[in-house]
Amino acid sequence: MTTDTSRRGFLKGTAAVGAVLFIGARPDGAMAASGEPTMLTPFVRIDADGAVTAIVKHIEFGQGPATGLTTLIAEELGLRMDQISYDFAPSNPQVYNNLLFGPFQGTGGSTAMANSFMQYRQAGAAARAVLIEAAAQAWGVEASELDIVDGQITGAGNEAPLGDFVASAATLEVPSEPTLKTPDQWRLIGDASVRRKDSAIKGNGTAVFGMDLHLPNQMIAMIKRPDQLGATVLSFDDSGAQGVKGFIRAATLPNQAGVAVYAENTWAAIQARDAVTVEWDLSNAESRSSDEIKAEIMAALDAPAEYNVNKTDGAATEAKLAEAATVVEETFYFPLLAHAPMEPMNCTIEQTADGKIVLHDGAQIPTGPHMAFAQIFQLPMEQIEIKTLLTGGSFGRRATPEADYQVEAALAFVMTDRSRPMKLVWTREDDIRGGYYRPAFGHKVRVGLDGDGQIIAWDHRIAGQPIMKGTPFEQMVVQDGVDHSSVEGASDTPYQIPGAHFGLTDVKKATNILWWRAVGHTHTAYVMEVMMEKAAKAAGIDPLDFRLAYLTGGPDQERKAGVLRLAAEKAGWGNAPAGRAQGLAVHKSFGSYVAEVVEVSGTPEDGVRVEKVTCAVDCGVPVNPDVIKAQMEGGAGYGIGHAMRDHITLTDGAPDQYNFPDYEPLRITDIGAIDVHIVQSMEPPTGVGEPATPPSAPALANAIAAASGTAQVASLPMDDAGVRFV
Amino acid sequence: MAFTLNLNGETREVDAEAGTPLLWVIRDELKLTGTKFGCGVASCGACTVHLDGQPARSCQTYVDDAEGIEITTIEAMAENKIGAAVQQAWVELDVVQCGYCQSGQIMSAVGLLSENPKPTADDIDNYMYGNACRCATYQRIRAGIQRAAEILEA
Repeated sequence: MTTDTSRRGFLKGTAAVGAVLFIGARPDGAMAASGEPTMLTPFVRIDADGAVTAIVKHIEFGQGPATGLTTLIAEELGLRMDQISYDFAPSNPQVYNNLLFGPFQGTGGSTAMANSFMQYRQAGAAARAVLIEAAAQAWGVEASELDIVDGQITGAGNEAPLGDFVASAATLEVPSEPTLKTPDQWRLIGDASVRRKDSAIKGNGTAVFGMDLHLPNQMIAMIKRPDQLGATVLSFDDSGAQGVKGFIRAATLPNQAGVAVYAENTWAAIQARDAVTVEWDLSNAESRSSDEIKAEIMAALDAPAEYNVNKTDGAATEAKLAEAATVVEETFYFPLLAHAPMEPMNCTIEQTADGKIVLHDGAQIPTGPHMAFAQIFQLPMEQIEIKTLLTGGSFGRRATPEADYQVEAALAFVMTDRSRPMKLVWTREDDIRGGYYRPAFGHKVRVGLDGDGQIIAWDHRIAGQPIMKGTPFEQMVVQDGVDHSSVEGASDTPYQIPGAHFGLTDVKKATNILWWRAVGHTHTAYVMEVMMEKAAKAAGIDPLDFRLAYLTGGPDQERKAGVLRLAAEKAGWGNAPAGRAQGLAVHKSFGSYVAEVVEVSGTPEDGVRVEKVTCAVDCGVPVNPDVIKAQMEGGAGYGIGHAMRDHITLTDGAPDQYNFPDYEPLRITDIGAIDVHIVQSMEPPTGVGEPATPPSAPALANAIAAASGTAQVASLPMDDAGVRFV
Repeated sequence: MAFTLNLNGETREVDAEAGTPLLWVIRDELKLTGTKFGCGVASCGACTVHLDGQPARSCQTYVDDAEGIEITTIEAMAENKIGAAVQQAWVELDVVQCGYCQSGQIMSAVGLLSENPKPTADDIDNYMYGNACRCATYQRIRAGIQRAAEILEA
């Protein structure tokens, strides 16, 4: 596996440009230096002309690893950010694996920086160590006298560009524990002026996303899909497509999931697919409506729970509820949601002259398609290469455990003679109607308060379809039958809640489902933060003070309280301008703590406007503060937009929505200013891609409730519950 | 059929079926992929180009109707004074995240600044409403347009 990188662009041309220094992992796993790319799998490449390339093992879909991992190498190596570029790593689950996933290369769970922080710093530090040692030997001085500043090795009266020493450095042993820069030496980590590495190409049309790839002689494939999720092909008729210029042919996929339509170009494929008719077998298809699914979930909330999540005494909680002065109760429903990233799914497959298969893809978990392709094409892993391209968003959609769209492409490709590269293209309708939805969930919570307004009991039932069960990630997250992704953010809340009891019931559905930006937290945070608000109101205590009372006792509580206080202070909590109302929410997810205060004007009847969001985040060491701010801005917007008006509904097993007109994205008119504040911290860095999403919707719900004096919406989306937005 | 297009100041001959959306001619035939396919129904703005200087959705413009019109895509924006200012502002403020919608955002932003050199936040919201960004970079789009206005005023 470790030699399976020699075709990559960043490994080419070594002869043409002279010596090259690679720093990476040897087959035995140790960090090493070499001038030969076949000897190791690199994290960094340094050319004799001084060009430095970080090999980024994570996909870039806006969340910032191309900037973040490059920052880590540049920091340790003594470079300015303009002295380093990046390239994406090929698929290699041994070396480029996510250290938090096990033997899977992949991006998810907001882990890119968390799992790479030490690894990429160590790679940069190893490069620095061998370059300085090589210079010290050449100059006859002590290594300790030398430093690298802006790419120049300096000290003891000498100075030379680091590229001068790549040949000799490549022959040296890397120290087993290279010395890392200490936080007081950091110049780039934590610097808010560091700019994204991918801004310019995304603003001038030169960035190449998967959809933009044009291989010579390529053809386009689209899949004719059923309306009912899970239906299969009985027969098809492509006579109508014969008249479409550029139509090549149509064929049923080997798994009968649809009909592959091949064409010379995208427009021909769209037209030809429209003209193909299919008779579907509905015997294994989803046949229910979303109302039936909802009824089943809600019924499960009232039946005895399948799992006692924290193995707590439910009878004791019932007894406390019976003696409570006040019981606050609410039942919640969260609908199916589509991810709808801007770039619809696509990928391109080609077979090389020597029989290898190359997948060009915005692969979020490259190991998934890599293993699937080995099976489909009956080839060893080494004969399959995955080239990772920029990707137009994901929000979880590009990371299906079964590599759905890549496998679909492979099945379509094996039905060709493989002489032409084939690009699979999805339309927006394929995306919105293609399943892989955030599962629907229901919650029922009863909170008991004593006469002083203190919580004495919290009974919390959750029902929905588990995401991780039956996937390769099951072992990591399912314990004693409990899929942690169904309860995360509720049963493991940092709030110190007396008398808490969590029950979970799995509701299994044929509809395929998937994690969606922040996974279980997308519903648990809403329930926790709306219930805290309702309980505070019932207790007659300010919602900020009420929450803080349950956030004492340890660092987990202190950090959560810290962002809550910071957001409240920056938002002017309790002093909303005239005509405005505030709502707050705080939530921990993926190791990061985010509090948001949403300020609204208007009323649900006349129309609510989101005027402002004030956000505080504690994500440990803030490596790229401006990227963190951007993720908070975007994460809050993503949560608010869906809570306002998005859902996927089914009628007789077929999605009712088609495209953006009926799955309306958040628009620029929907949201005002977002003001982000970052807690300075020396804790290890944690995620930022997802954690801003969970608290945004409950903060909005609490703000609307404050504005109108009505109860928070308990069944999303809000516009379905009568809230107008303007 | 053969069509003669005026694209980014050059005359380009293309072979396409009548009724083909300009989007696919630009992307598949002319291989200019900065103009993006997002929805195909003029609901997201990722495919925005300029037709005689006015922003238009290329997914809803037929190649037949595009002859005799000056078509401008994101690839030519650096040569446009307003386009260059918007691109500079976008980089200064790191407006982009995934970036897939941003060609369209920039084409619309240039359209706005061409008509209204000092837009207010409300002007921006009203003009940019049709350009969706699933990453929700709207706050920076607003700031980027105002920064571009400053650059142009200087």
